[in-house]
Amino acid sequence: MNRIKQLFNNKAGKKMLSIYFTAGYPRIDSTIELAKTLETAGVDFLEIGFPYSDPVADGPVIQHSSEEALKNGMSLDLLFQQLKELRQHVQIPVLLMGYVNPMLQYGVERFCKSCAEVGVDGVIVPDLPMYEYEELYQDVFRKYNISNIFLITPQTSEARIRKIDELSTGFIYMVSSFATTGKNLTVSEQTTAYFERIKALNLHNPLVVGFGIADQASFDHALTYADAAIVGSAFVRLLDQEDYLEQIPSFVERIKGSVAV
Amino acid sequence: MSNYQVNEKGYYGDFGGAYIPEMMFPNIEELRLRYMEIINEDSFKKEFEQLLRDYVGRPSPLYLAKRFSEKYGANIFLKREDLNHTGAHKVNNTIGQILLAKRLGKKRIIAETGAGQHGVATATVCALMGIKCVVYMGEIDIQRQAPNVARMKMMGAEVRPASSGSKTLKDATNEAMRDWINNPVDTHYIIGSVVGPHPYPDMVARFQSVISAETRKQLLEKTGRETPDYAIACVGGGSNAIGMFYHFLDDEAVQLIAAEAAGKGVDSGHSAATSVLGQEGVLHGSRTILMQTTDGQVIEPYSISAGLDYPGIGPQHAFLHKIGRAKYVSITDDEAMQAGLLLTRMEGIIPAVESAHALAQLEKMSFKPSDNVVVCLSGRGDKDLDNYMKYFNF
Repeated sequence: MNRIKQLFNNKAGKKMLSIYFTAGYPRIDSTIELAKTLETAGVDFLEIGFPYSDPVADGPVIQHSSEEALKNGMSLDLLFQQLKELRQHVQIPVLLMGYVNPMLQYGVERFCKSCAEVGVDGVIVPDLPMYEYEELYQDVFRKYNISNIFLITPQTSEARIRKIDELSTGFIYMVSSFATTGKNLTVSEQTTAYFERIKALNLHNPLVVGFGIADQASFDHALTYADAAIVGSAFVRLLDQEDYLEQIPSFVERIKGSVAV
Repeated sequence: MSNYQVNEKGYYGDFGGAYIPEMMFPNIEELRLRYMEIINEDSFKKEFEQLLRDYVGRPSPLYLAKRFSEKYGANIFLKREDLNHTGAHKVNNTIGQILLAKRLGKKRIIAETGAGQHGVATATVCALMGIKCVVYMGEIDIQRQAPNVARMKMMGAEVRPASSGSKTLKDATNEAMRDWINNPVDTHYIIGSVVGPHPYPDMVARFQSVISAETRKQLLEKTGRETPDYAIACVGGGSNAIGMFYHFLDDEAVQLIAAEAAGKGVDSGHSAATSVLGQEGVLHGSRTILMQTTDGQVIEPYSISAGLDYPGIGPQHAFLHKIGRAKYVSITDDEAMQAGLLLTRMEGIIPAVESAHALAQLEKMSFKPSDNVVVCLSGRGDKDLDNYMKYFNF
């Protein structure tokens, strides 16, 4: 069983936090250090972004981190080299998140194999469509026991959500609202209705909310309905500060607040 | 159904598809399910044809360029898309898409633009229909193409600078896609070329196919044959080229030639010759050929022509290239500028620098006297006067 399934099985009912950061930002070699510090601070699983020159689903903060990471020289080859020592330091599940083109150039089978070798448990590729995944890549992902995570939005139809639920092997990534990353979620009747509607579907897979989760209020709101929530842009913004490593524990505490493990 | 057209999965051979984030899915799916039904409606066809005739000024003439024909030793016909309202072929597509957007009940239009021709064509149809229009344009292009920015603003469009990445066309496209993700209801994205996720490449090709539909009729009148021996067009994303090739694809005897921008030379590091320099991958929602690093990062292309410096080509072009149905050739800045001047001096027509790339290909070919050659003169050169003046030190 891979670490994602284990995590959700063991922690069922508990409130979990995931943090996203872009590999190669703020420094080319910050990946492992950030992962270690986040685990120690009580984060439940990690999403490490592999940068792309044209990240259309991302807002300005993650765009900027991707641009800087590429300037710093980050690539999938280098990232997998860095991740070779990942499992000596970090036990929580780790997912890679990025766009399809770098993965295609690296080779999808080689990518899955590298993930398995370094102990990456899942992949989130927003622009890899369901049809192509099912037709071309599902067998490879399964062969290496790598979870492919699909996104759903407030506009995704129930039939499509059911299909995604069938194809998913880790969790379902619920995009909180109509937005690129980094726009703070405002708790509204609309989001509440959306969260309630999805929860009521009783899907097989756990639900993880992302996009716009930036503070304890949005985190708590999401976790009323979902199993976990992901903070991305708000964390990447923290990395602009010189003493970001020291600030990580209080950052995590501020988000998790009273629902901490 | 032609072997060269999109299949029911949205692919041309290995190319095409819809590689989009889930946030864009409802809009793309709505288009996919409805575009054929809408554009085949009698009322749509009637309105489209009427606007192309009375507003755009179609059919555009097919002009037998006498002096050019003598020089090149063949019958050289120019398909005069430069005479269209707004000065290029781009308006064929924006008229089609605005009519479609209206029928989908959309209240707001977004578009990307590089040189500004597609932006102007979009702002124009939005003014015509009284629909709100936002055009994304790279910060650098806004500086380079001030007259087109002014035209868009005068039409009432909002021009938003794309300040991410390289601040040019591909980044304007990214920003337009982000806008659509953030405004999934009531907004239609008018993509300007045969690029993007399915059904865009097919839909835009259908709207631009009027170019070759007219050419067939006009050739029949002028030569007694519906088909030419050669059809030549320039390719950035490839919309005028697909329009020019569309109704000749199944006539295998017609040699289709697409002129890409080699910039300062294919090996110079300053080029936009995608079919030579690119590899297969995914760009802006479709699987195609694009210029990229070994790590899959998109490379910023270069051409003296702002309309051809796109790092990819439409998926149908990638397919026609791969199977060899069309031949993709590279034309340098210098060759294009000389061809532009030559047409001006010999025929009294100042072509867009983009279209001059297609004309430059004539220099590289040898013809039989009986050959009928159609070159798509996709746009007029008014917007490029600065460019020409600087280049030739006039």
